[in-house]
Amino acid sequence: MKEKHMKKTIKGIAAPLSLANVDTDVIMPKRFLITITREGLADGTFADLRFNNSGQKRPEFILNKSPWANAKILIVGDNFGCGSSREHAVWGMRQLGIKACIGTGFAGIFYDNARKNGLALPIVSHEIRDKLLQFAKNANSPEVSIEIDTQTITAGEISAPFEMDEATRTSLIQGRDDTLDTLKYASAIHDFESSLSDQMRVSVIK
Amino acid sequence: MTKTLYDKLVDAHKVCDLPDGDMLIYVDFHIMNEYTSPQAFSGMESKGLKVWRPEAHLTVVDHVNATRSVEAPDAQSKLLIDNLENNSIKHGIAFYGLGDPRQGIEHVIVPEQGLVVPGMLIACGDSHTTTYGAFGALGFGIGTSEVEHVLATQTLRYKRMKAMRVTIQGSTTLGVTAKDIIMKVVQVVGAGGANGFAVEFAGSAIRDLDMAGRMTICNMAVELGARAALIAVDEITQAALKGHSHSDQFAFKGESWVSDPKAVFDKEFTISGAAIEPLITWGTSPDQSISITANVPSALDYVSPKAKMALERSLQYMGLTEGQPAQSIKIDTAFIGSCTNSRIEDLREAAKILEGRQVAEGVEAIVVPGSALTRIRAEAEGLRGIFETAGFEWRPEAGCSMCLAMNDDIAMDGERVASSTNRNFEGRQGRGARTHLMSPAMVAAAAVTGHLVDVRDFR
Repeated sequence: MKEKHMKKTIKGIAAPLSLANVDTDVIMPKRFLITITREGLADGTFADLRFNNSGQKRPEFILNKSPWANAKILIVGDNFGCGSSREHAVWGMRQLGIKACIGTGFAGIFYDNARKNGLALPIVSHEIRDKLLQFAKNANSPEVSIEIDTQTITAGEISAPFEMDEATRTSLIQGRDDTLDTLKYASAIHDFESSLSDQMRVSVIK
Repeated sequence: MTKTLYDKLVDAHKVCDLPDGDMLIYVDFHIMNEYTSPQAFSGMESKGLKVWRPEAHLTVVDHVNATRSVEAPDAQSKLLIDNLENNSIKHGIAFYGLGDPRQGIEHVIVPEQGLVVPGMLIACGDSHTTTYGAFGALGFGIGTSEVEHVLATQTLRYKRMKAMRVTIQGSTTLGVTAKDIIMKVVQVVGAGGANGFAVEFAGSAIRDLDMAGRMTICNMAVELGARAALIAVDEITQAALKGHSHSDQFAFKGESWVSDPKAVFDKEFTISGAAIEPLITWGTSPDQSISITANVPSALDYVSPKAKMALERSLQYMGLTEGQPAQSIKIDTAFIGSCTNSRIEDLREAAKILEGRQVAEGVEAIVVPGSALTRIRAEAEGLRGIFETAGFEWRPEAGCSMCLAMNDDIAMDGERVASSTNRNFEGRQGRGARTHLMSPAMVAAAAVTGHLVDVRDFR
């Protein structure tokens, strides 16, 4: 599961998840956070929504129903990904096979975490999001296509533009490692540091 | 050109522009905990990279450790705690672990140690890093990939936020605390209302707050989506910088760390301080709150079918009925702790309510001081005696504990908690656990009566 390279088009079954304020505690409950790796988080993703207390699948939950069990795209409610900074939420969603969430706006840390892991988060108007929710819920084959470079979403009769900032789009398309890329600017960082007075250089007492 | 405090902070830390529209900003100080940093260290190592500036980082154990005893942690938490210590030693980073008198919740110990001063930029793999805005510092939470980025480059790729100002006019009334002010702001602006914004808090009700109150405000600003929270530096801030182990080591001069008088904000909210009452949350999002004198909402209060559905879902999870008076909500557990409300000032407020009173029968009441230093100070002031005499369990170790239940303080399915914490999400304090957020004094009052109650009736 090292699928960092984003294709320019993401295509797949879209599942409607219309709840507002879905937080990262719900996306990845704390009992799955006791780990020092990024792996093995697919089962934990949306665990309390997908499974009941005895570990049985909840048949009423959208991702447990056909055809949405194979969803690659989620159409989500407002403020998806709010709360804790835990990147485990994004790792888990990717491991579950989710490649994009379409919403009206996302919590900031979640948005940045998504970019680092090739999870696309196209932002659309409330009107378009609601149309996509209806489409994902009712279409015979709720297949949605997201073209990253032209910033267009296509779903049946629906064709709509989406917002995505340039840096995120570039990062997704290139599958770039931001840390390595930033080190190309090492001399600029050194220059900045050398301009700092001694009282601006934090040194923590051990 | 006039500038907001936020713009001054961003400009002072900008290293360079990047071709894709982002900028690189310099991180003066970076804090790590045991659960969001392991994959950052391993990621950095797998790329053959080194820590750019080891002395600019601090690691601290707070999320997973048990707080009920000094005994060795269980095998699972030990895995994370040992991993943090090993990574710190290997990379030459300061480590404040269990048993260290400087240990405690990240956002409680950093000010205690004098590690935040106005003008600084602080990042941490924890969403409540907004706390440092109380000092006129730019603090914000980051994910693990960004923790790796800071370790290896001492910078972050950054996009300037829009600026919002929230003004609390006039004074608040007796019994209303900083927690009630910020809960009111979350209620008014909404849980995602400040997504994409850096929020500055202003107005006389904010100016009147001590540093603990200001930290509570900035801490919970992330619950309205703010990526940064700020309060202008004044004499109260300056006074708080003295007398800590790192005091006088750092000074970020060159700017006045306040917004210019005519600075323009992209969005403004104004709330009357006098109109704020002690609040409680009734639902599963921090913006689902009501005054303690009010009733739980009913479907009639909402127009849209979506809002009615959300209400129904929240009420079902919370085990409440429409229109039920807030004060009729009975509790099983009272919890005082967390990076929002576990400072010495919070413990004093709760102790005032508890002095000469008893926790109601059947209520389990727990207090977890935010840091080892806070605990020692509280014990010296006699607060421990007051809590214990009232029937509270006084925890000997500091940590996040039942705020997010990553240690063994897990609320059971259906258990109802009056909590001085910051999130009432489904499952936050345990699977099926029901959280009501409120001020520490309100938690103490609820512990005494066994149900949610107006703290003003206790004074």
